[in-house]
Amino acid sequence: MDTLRQSPSPCSSRPSSPRTPPFEMFGPVGIEAVLDQLKIKAMKTGFEFNIMVVGQSGLGKSTMVNTLFKSKVWKSAMPSLEVPTPQTLELHSVSHVIEEKGLKLKLTVTDTPGFGDQINNDKCWDPVLGYINQQYEQYLQEELLITRQRHIPDTRVHCCVYFVPPTGHCLRPLDIEFLRRLCRTVNVVPVIARADSLTIEEREAFRSRIQQNLKTHCIEVYPQKCFDEDINDSILNGKIRQEQIPFAVVGADQEHLVNGRCVLGRKTKWGIIEVENIAHCEFLLLRDLLIRSHLQDLKDITHNVHYENYRVIRLNESHQLPRGPGWVNLAPASPVQLTSPGCLKVRRRAQKDSKDDEC
Amino acid sequence: MASSDETRLLVSPSHCSSYAAAAAGTAFGDPRPSCSHGAPLMSPHSFHMMSKTACISPQVSDCDTQTKKENIRSLTMCGHVGFESLPDQLVDRSIQQGFCFNILCVGETGIGKSTLINTLFNTSFEEHESSHFCPNVRLKAQTYELQESNVRLKLTVVYTVGFGDQINKEESYQPIVDYIDGQFDAYLQEELKIKRSLFSYHDSRIHVCLYFIAPTGHSLRTLDLLTMKSLDSKVNIIPLIAKADTISKTELQKFKVKLMSELVCNGVQIYQFPTDDETTAKINASMNVSPPASPTPMNIMENENHCDFVKLREMLICTNMEDLREQTHARHYELYRRCKLEEMGFSDMSPENKPLSLQETYEAKRHEFYGERQRKEEEMKQMFVQRVKEKEAILKEAERELQAKFEHLKRAHQEERMRLEEKRRILEEETVAFAKKKATSEIFQSQSFMASSATVRKEKDRKNFNYM
Repeated sequence: MDTLRQSPSPCSSRPSSPRTPPFEMFGPVGIEAVLDQLKIKAMKTGFEFNIMVVGQSGLGKSTMVNTLFKSKVWKSAMPSLEVPTPQTLELHSVSHVIEEKGLKLKLTVTDTPGFGDQINNDKCWDPVLGYINQQYEQYLQEELLITRQRHIPDTRVHCCVYFVPPTGHCLRPLDIEFLRRLCRTVNVVPVIARADSLTIEEREAFRSRIQQNLKTHCIEVYPQKCFDEDINDSILNGKIRQEQIPFAVVGADQEHLVNGRCVLGRKTKWGIIEVENIAHCEFLLLRDLLIRSHLQDLKDITHNVHYENYRVIRLNESHQLPRGPGWVNLAPASPVQLTSPGCLKVRRRAQKDSKDDEC
Repeated sequence: MASSDETRLLVSPSHCSSYAAAAAGTAFGDPRPSCSHGAPLMSPHSFHMMSKTACISPQVSDCDTQTKKENIRSLTMCGHVGFESLPDQLVDRSIQQGFCFNILCVGETGIGKSTLINTLFNTSFEEHESSHFCPNVRLKAQTYELQESNVRLKLTVVYTVGFGDQINKEESYQPIVDYIDGQFDAYLQEELKIKRSLFSYHDSRIHVCLYFIAPTGHSLRTLDLLTMKSLDSKVNIIPLIAKADTISKTELQKFKVKLMSELVCNGVQIYQFPTDDETTAKINASMNVSPPASPTPMNIMENENHCDFVKLREMLICTNMEDLREQTHARHYELYRRCKLEEMGFSDMSPENKPLSLQETYEAKRHEFYGERQRKEEEMKQMFVQRVKEKEAILKEAERELQAKFEHLKRAHQEERMRLEEKRRILEEETVAFAKKKATSEIFQSQSFMASSATVRKEKDRKNFNYM
C-alpha cells in the first residue's frame, strides 16, 4: 500500500525545468498535427479494456455488464435450473469486440460466480488475486522475451467493479477484507448493487457509512487520491470521491415504454425504474466514469503503477521461487515464506504486509 | 470451502458461435422476450457490426490469431455506449505528457544543417558556425522546448561536427553509430531496471536522421554510402540534397534519379513514408532543399514551386512524426534490444529447444554474480583480517620498545639519584667534619688567647713587682 503512496504520478511527465525557455516560433509549424496522427493511429489499432465484476450471486452483476455495454455480453443473466451453483469460486471470462463510429474496442469481462456464496468464505479473494496476478505474469513474460511482439496483447484487469449488497448498514467484514487486498493490486470501483431496494435517504446514509469504512481501513479505491496530477484532476476526482463513490446502481437489460420513449428499466407494480435516469439511480455516472472519461486513466494506472509494482516484486523474488521451464507459478500476494535470508526488500515488504494486516 | 490456489480460467466456449458472413442486420443473441410492444429491435441509434469472424483490423496480425483462438465474437449494441471519446482521452493524456522528438543531422560542415532546422521549426536556435579543423567527428546535442497552442514538444537536435573534414575519413561514421547505440542502450537499461519509471523517462532515441548530401551533381560519395549503410538498420534515414539552388533543375532531377538508383542498388534502407491512408502518398523521400541565407527570404522559400521544403516540413512534422517515433521504437529499438540481449547471453530457447525464459538466464547470471560477490567479500574479509593482524603486531612491537625505553630511563634515573644521594652524604659528612674542626679550632683559639692574656698579665705583674 505504501508503494502506492510513494510511487509518483503515473500519467504525466512534467519536464523538469527546461534547459532553455520555450522558443519563440515565427509562425505556425504544424506540431499540433501530431494529435491527429495519434488519433488516426488509435483508430487503426483499436483499444482494449478488461473489466472484472466481483460480488455475490444475485446482485445483478451480469445484468449490469449487459447494461453498460448495451448488449448481451452474457448469454443469460439468470442461472438456469439445471446448472448447480458453483461450489468453488471460478472465474469466467468472455471477450467481445464492439465497434462504435469506426472505433473498435476489445472488451473482456471476467465474472466471479460463487464469490462469497459459501459458508466459509475464508480466502475467497485468493482465486481473484491469483487471476489478476496471472494476467500480470503473462504480460511480464511477453515483455521479457527477446523477440517480442509488436503489440503485446493486454489482458490485465484494468478495473474491478465490486458489488456491495444493499444492506443499508455498512461494509461487511468480507467486503472489507476483499477490498483491502484488492485495492493494492488493481483499480477497484465499489458500487451499491440493487439500489432500488433503498430509498434515497437510505442510499445517502449507506454511502457515507461506506466512505467512513473505507477511510478507517485505509482502502484507496479508484480514483486514487495520490495519482491526481493537476488541480483540475483533483477537483474532478475529489468530487467523485466525496459525493459519488460508491455509485448506487441499478441494472436492467429489458426495455419498457415510458412516455413514448423506449428505455431500459425495471418494471415493478408501482412504476418503472429507469436505469438511465439520474434521478432514479447513478448508473449513468458509473458508465461515464468507466467509459467516457476515465477509461484511459484506468489503463494508465494499471500499466504504470500496478503492473510496475507487480514487476518489482516479481523480479526481486524471482531467485527464490523454484525454477521451472519458463513460467513459474506464482502464489497469490501473501507474505512470502523466505527460504534464505536473501532479499531484504522482500522481507521488509512481508513485514509491511503483516503490519497492514493488523491495522 | 474456498477453492484451491489455482485459478481456473474458463473462456466460455459453449456460449460463442462464430457466425457466417450472412446476417448483416440481425442482432446477436436471443430476441428480447419481454419487449412488450412490437416495435423493431433496432432503435435509430443502433450500430451493427458487419459480421466477420476476425474482428480486429488485419494489420495487427498477432491479435488476429489470438482472436480466433479465444473465439471472440462481435457484439451488436443496441444503444450508444459512448466510447468514441477514447481517442480524445488518449490525446488528453498525451498533451499532458508532452511529446518528444529527436532529430539527427548528418552532413558536412557548412552544408546547411542548422539553417534547415531553423527554418523547419520557424525559429532561430542559437548556433555558432563550427570550424573545419576538428580532429575527429563529434556530435553535439541540444534540447529545445517548443510549444504550439497546447502541444508541448521537446525537440532534441543532434548535429555532427566535423563530418567529412578529416583527411582520413575512415572513422567518420563510427561516432554517429556509437551515439545512436548509446541512446538505445540507455533506454534498454532503463527498461531492464527493477524499479523503473518509463513514463517519465526522457526518450533520447533518435527518431529520424536527416542525411545531407552535397549537390555534386554526379553520384553518391563513398563516405555517404558507407555512412548510410551503417545507419540504415538503426534509424530512419531521410536523405536530402542540400543547397539545391546551386545546380540547375534538370541536373537536379538527374541527380535525384541517380541517387535513388544507387541507394536501391546498394541496399540502403531509407525511410518509407506510410502510404495507406495518407492524403499525399509519397514514397520517394529524396527531396531537395534550399536553405535561406537569412530569415527574411523565408516567404520566398516557402513557395512550393521553388523547392520541396514545405513538403519536407509537412512530411516530417505534420504527417509522420508519430509514425517515425513508432518505427524507431517498434523496429529499430527492438532490433537493437534483441541483438544486445543475445550478445549478453540470453536467449529464448535453451539448448534442448525448450522455451527458456529471460527469467532463468537472468537468475542464473544473478546466482553467478551472487557467488562472485560472496567470494569477493570473503577475500576482502581475509585481507582485512590479515591487515589487522599485521597492524597489531607492529603496534605491539612499538609498545614493547617503548616499555624497554621506559625501563632503561627509569634505571638511569635511579642510578643518578643514588649517585646524588651519595654525594650529598659525603657533603654532609664534610660539613659535619668541618664544623667540628671549626669548633675545636675556636676552642683552641680562645684557649690560646686566654693563655696569652694570662701570660701578658703575668708579665705585667712581674714588671710591677720588680718596680716595687
